[in-house]
Amino acid sequence: MKLLVCLKQILDPDVPARDFQIDPAARAARRGGANLVTNIFCENAVETALQFREAAGGDVKITALCYGESSAEDCLRKAMAMTVDEACLVERDGNTNPDAAAVGRVLAAAIRRLEQDGGAFDAVLVGRESGDWGVGQTGGVLAEELGRPALGFVESLQPGNGSVTLRRQTDVGIEVAEAEPPFLVTVTNNEDNVPRIPKTRDVMMSYRKPLQKLSLGDLELDSEEIRAGSSIFEVEEIFIPADEVECELAEGDTLEERVDQLAKRIHEVVVSIG
Amino acid sequence: MANVAVCVLGSLGYDRAAQGAAGAGRALAESVGGELHALVIGPAEDDAVAALATVADRVVVGANEALRDYQPEQALQAAQQLHAAGGGDYGAVLLSNDTYSQEIAPRLAHRLGGSSMADAAAIRMDGDHLLAQRTAYGGKAISIYRLKKQPAVVWLRARGFEPAPEQPSAGEVASVDLALDEPRIRITGREMAEQEGVRLEDAQIIVSGGRGLGGPEPFRELKKLADSIGAEQGASRAACDAGWVPPNWQVGQTGKKVAPELYIAIAISGASQHLLGMGDSKVVAAINTDADAPIFKHCSFGIVEDYKAVVPLLTEKLQAIAR
Repeated sequence: MKLLVCLKQILDPDVPARDFQIDPAARAARRGGANLVTNIFCENAVETALQFREAAGGDVKITALCYGESSAEDCLRKAMAMTVDEACLVERDGNTNPDAAAVGRVLAAAIRRLEQDGGAFDAVLVGRESGDWGVGQTGGVLAEELGRPALGFVESLQPGNGSVTLRRQTDVGIEVAEAEPPFLVTVTNNEDNVPRIPKTRDVMMSYRKPLQKLSLGDLELDSEEIRAGSSIFEVEEIFIPADEVECELAEGDTLEERVDQLAKRIHEVVVSIG
Repeated sequence: MANVAVCVLGSLGYDRAAQGAAGAGRALAESVGGELHALVIGPAEDDAVAALATVADRVVVGANEALRDYQPEQALQAAQQLHAAGGGDYGAVLLSNDTYSQEIAPRLAHRLGGSSMADAAAIRMDGDHLLAQRTAYGGKAISIYRLKKQPAVVWLRARGFEPAPEQPSAGEVASVDLALDEPRIRITGREMAEQEGVRLEDAQIIVSGGRGLGGPEPFRELKKLADSIGAEQGASRAACDAGWVPPNWQVGQTGKKVAPELYIAIAISGASQHLLGMGDSKVVAAINTDADAPIFKHCSFGIVEDYKAVVPLLTEKLQAIAR
């Protein structure tokens, strides 16, 4: 079987709020001193794919794909250090904040190109959303671009009899599904798909694994059309919200007095709800 | 743009989220002088359809039995066909924030040649375009998106919107039979999480615990506090990831988005990702040892104190007041 995992490189989402700044002209976050990292849900997707390969007992090839700047090669090398077999980077030229439609079209074109050369991917895995903009539309758009069925918020893939068994999280519990390849899933996190730490030897090996680079031209895509023509949304405005409320801290000489004040405030609100 | 559609799942009924989505839809429709239509995916209870008819100008139900149990591919096909059955001239198609609506939205937008957006907290029209406000960068920023293609297919932070007002006369209800293919991904089983009390999203009062509790046991102490004021219990991601409480307790960016009247955050520092899940709460109270914790910038009142000292005493006092 063949699996493909899509990766996105983002600004480290763990930058503390006090260091976070907006670049008004770019209508995006200022990078500042922040690192670039692989989006966590994309790494959960890599881990989910690796666990599928282990459960299937070999004969599963995993490819990582990224549409990003040249720095995104780091994400692909890390995926290969986690023991993904091969990688492909579609280089982004100047389109600094592509929307979900642009990303979906580019990834779909790259997937078709990779499939021409190496056969169809049984499953495409995409993170449920990114830790930067967090719009969470890429998986759905990509499924439609590829014309493949999809399931969201998946936490594991298990080999079945000619099909793949999926487990996914919903707001009312877990759902189990049977999927007939080819299909697409968006991956969420749970305690079992925490991304593994690459072994030193595998980090060394990752530099010997094949990393293919493609341009939009190689995929016969027109970058201006991708940037503006087929765009479905753009950021009109972005700002850091003001801290709106003034917190009233419980006062008093003793703990008893302070807790008493807190209890009265809570009680007031509870009574007002009725 | 002409009309606005609100797309609801029949199995979920006309719940608070659907009411909020319909409310947002009515306000949007009024702003452009259009009608509000309700598109119902799958059979629904009679009273849910009747309730929709009191707020919408037209209700179209795709009542195929096959849609009773949600299957993503079929629900998507149904939404696409209901869109056409309703007239198809929608400037916006609004959905709630349940898992199913979330996964349908981008795919439906693509099939309709429109724009999609997720988790909108406010929407308005600007000419032919819909503007959607939402959080970005894990809650550190607010962004406003311009959706450039029609229809704008948007799932909303639905409970944050006022329910739709009843109309003077009930909307017409039509039932249509849809053509559905056999899905290649089929949901075969459901393991529903144990649900005590009401869903967190619908709770009026929530008592949440975080990393600072240090283990599962303190949640029992928090339960007593919650019971004393009729609250449901929630948790931060740290507490859920540590396995102290079930994953469906998680409030935050990747957990539940709640909007209670009162949210009490205990030993939760208030990372932006958590704030994103509870930012729509009417009143927030915090108990934390660290006066510099971000949660104190996002609450109405609080106490800088160890929860161990505060919670039992607070529970006792609230129980006494209740008597």
